[in-house]
Amino acid sequence: MANKTKKKKQTEIFALGNEAVVEGALLAGCDFFAGYPITPSTEIAEEMARRLPCLERGVFIQMEDEIASLGAVIGASLAGRKAMTATSGPGFSLMQEHIGYACITETPLVLVNVMRAGPSTGMPTSPAQADVQQARWGTHGDHPIVVLSAGDVQECLEMTVTAFNFAEKYRTPVILLLDEVTAHTREKITIPDPEGLYIYSRLLPSMPPEWYMPFEDNMRGVSAMPPLGSGYRYHVTGLTHDDHGYPTSKPKEVESFINRLFRKIDQFFYDIQIVDEIQCGDADTCIIAYGCVGRSAELAVQMARERGEKVGLLKLKTLFPFPRPVVEKMLRQCSSVLVPEMNMGQISREVKRVNNGLSKVNTLNRIDGQIITPGEILKKLLKG
Amino acid sequence: MAKVTQLIHNYLRHTKKFPHVFCPGCGHGIVLGSLIRSVHAQGIPKDDIVLVAGIGCSGRIPVYVDFNTVHTTHGRALTFATGIKLANPKLKVIVIMGDGDAMSIGGNHLMHSARRNIGLTALVLNNHIYGMTGGQSSSTTPFGCYSTTTPFGQMEKEFDIAEITKACGANFVARATVMQANLMDRLISTALINPGFNLVEVITPCHTQFGRKNKYKTTVDMYKWLKKNATPIEKYVDMPPEKKKEVVSTGVFSHKDCAGLEERYAQMRQNLNGGAA
Amino acid sequence: MSKDMPLNRFEIRLSGLGGQGIITLGKIMGQALALDHGYYVTQTQSYGPEARGGASRSDLVISSSPISYPKTISLDLLVALSQEACNKFFTNLKAGGFLVVDTSMVAQTPTNIFLGLPLTDMARKIGLVQTANIVTLGALTHFLPFMRAASVRKSLKSILPSKIIDINIKAFNAGFNAAKKEYPDAPEKWTSS
Repeated sequence: MANKTKKKKQTEIFALGNEAVVEGALLAGCDFFAGYPITPSTEIAEEMARRLPCLERGVFIQMEDEIASLGAVIGASLAGRKAMTATSGPGFSLMQEHIGYACITETPLVLVNVMRAGPSTGMPTSPAQADVQQARWGTHGDHPIVVLSAGDVQECLEMTVTAFNFAEKYRTPVILLLDEVTAHTREKITIPDPEGLYIYSRLLPSMPPEWYMPFEDNMRGVSAMPPLGSGYRYHVTGLTHDDHGYPTSKPKEVESFINRLFRKIDQFFYDIQIVDEIQCGDADTCIIAYGCVGRSAELAVQMARERGEKVGLLKLKTLFPFPRPVVEKMLRQCSSVLVPEMNMGQISREVKRVNNGLSKVNTLNRIDGQIITPGEILKKLLKG
Repeated sequence: MAKVTQLIHNYLRHTKKFPHVFCPGCGHGIVLGSLIRSVHAQGIPKDDIVLVAGIGCSGRIPVYVDFNTVHTTHGRALTFATGIKLANPKLKVIVIMGDGDAMSIGGNHLMHSARRNIGLTALVLNNHIYGMTGGQSSSTTPFGCYSTTTPFGQMEKEFDIAEITKACGANFVARATVMQANLMDRLISTALINPGFNLVEVITPCHTQFGRKNKYKTTVDMYKWLKKNATPIEKYVDMPPEKKKEVVSTGVFSHKDCAGLEERYAQMRQNLNGGAA
Repeated sequence: MSKDMPLNRFEIRLSGLGGQGIITLGKIMGQALALDHGYYVTQTQSYGPEARGGASRSDLVISSSPISYPKTISLDLLVALSQEACNKFFTNLKAGGFLVVDTSMVAQTPTNIFLGLPLTDMARKIGLVQTANIVTLGALTHFLPFMRAASVRKSLKSILPSKIIDINIKAFNAGFNAAKKEYPDAPEKWTSS
């Protein structure tokens, strides 16, 4: 995807992280956006409001709240659109109900959450990374979900394309977590040539309507999804349902349904797991970071290497399903691991769960609305 | 009669196992029958219809009918419908809600849908109670009435769904009771073909959860009450205020034909793209 | 110094009050340096909830190689368009770093070594006080040896709405020329970055 080879159609722009999200979404084929203004995600809605009406089928709508926004996005996705919304902390909390609905009805959509300092209204213009566990477990009930993150502006574009691809491929909502720093950083980015870009769109049924089963358990665990009004009349419900979509509470049917929801994500784990390994080869100490803190860590690694310390960096771009194998590999390899993050320890919790005595897991937490600096990480590294 | 029943059978899902969830004496089936007759009379193909519903007894209606059906979350049916209509304006999107759905938890969405004048047909099945959860009060439970959460009588004033929707600017607003099948057919037919946001409020009895607690001995008493007290809106406006409290006004409250949001949006998009070309 | 000088994390902070156009200034400078000069640039910002008044700042990190940490660590250049900003951020300036102040807004500077121009007064004289940020841009284009006036003008034209381009080009030239007149040898003073 990060196609660095010279192509005619690629262009360079100087853009905000939020604007790069829009570029990525449009490249991925997004033609529906519903949202509600909230700092620091608003630039995504504003840019969409300008761009979408200029597309042949593009639709932008500002809804009355975040609940309504995600409702409209799900509706549009059921009607065959590639749809997304963007929000921040308080709006993300309101959206939880419909994230669950999208999970159980297997509706593809992309939700961008630009994390700001919380809880509640918190600090609207300051960054944080404290919605990580909410993204995983925020909506009630057992459900699988894909959570991605991005740390620089080019990544904002690339991960938005990836988010759409995963959503369409696995019929699942995908949450892209940004932070205020990443969303409000301007950088030069390359918009790739659409011709060479890998774009996935949901499978449409090929069988006649009377044979179609909307929630069939097949090899992939993902069934074809026709748009509403295309002749395949089926029932969509937030109740647990059988292969036909009709409500059921028979233990056997419910069990196999929920198991399939998990299986469809779990069995493609290696496709979904995206990480960057930076100087990890010979590292005896490893930093595990994501989002804007990943960039601080990158400079910290450089500074530590200049002092002769063998430090590596594992940058997580997929947060959930948690990239366990690669984290486990680093835990086996290194005598200690440092997890810096702008929360009280939400990913370090996952790292510790995987660790199981393999290595020493140190944490570095900051919750004052300020980014963790390379200097702080270096200091913590040298202290051990 | 047999002919009408046969007609309705043509629109039911035969793969879905009956019986349905509705109590004996429930008015919801009458509304569904009226909807099917109206759809049939207007000649709208099954494939073009999306039936969206919220949560509650009314939310269970779509599963029995052979349209594209979406059973959504409590109170939010209109938001899903808005997304569907904007994504594909060719679809005929019908939203079925209860009073709890439309006016209590989803009141905000109803007001905004009416203000936007988005091209939807909304049916609000108002039984003045939360039936499925066991008879709690809703925002349309009349003042003084009893429910499991107002055991000593409702202290709050009730909402008038039709009047609120009219005030919010909806194109077509009307009300009928389930005892007025012909009127209901006419109103729903108009609501299906009129542009913009169209709402028909139907007063439907719930004896199980409302009637029993409010001095209606049998279901039949509730139907009798509706039959006796349904008053055409033209007559209703001239009644003295104390008399108004005892009756239900029915008929057409508002009828305009302003373009729906999806039409205005398409026009804007065309202007923009025409300018660019 | 050469126009294509290599930079290793040259850090600039543009600061002042909300409404002075600080963020727009950062955006135009950043775009010129990133797209036309070919540097790696990160531009970050910080602002309060107020749309007008309150503190506003925009930071730029400019480098010849890819930038990892996007925020500033210690400043090579601080531009202060308000007294409050000057007082607040002066301590972030590294030893040997440069201070540029708007002398019509900053009454007292914490050091005698600074580059000062009455930027806001100049904008007022041009006829639109809101162009103070572009007057500043003009002055900075003279002060910073790695910035080319032609490229900055191009970036200016691509970002600002066409209705207000003329007056802003006028503001840019006024700032550039005044800086050249007052501090002709300023660009030569950058010995390190």
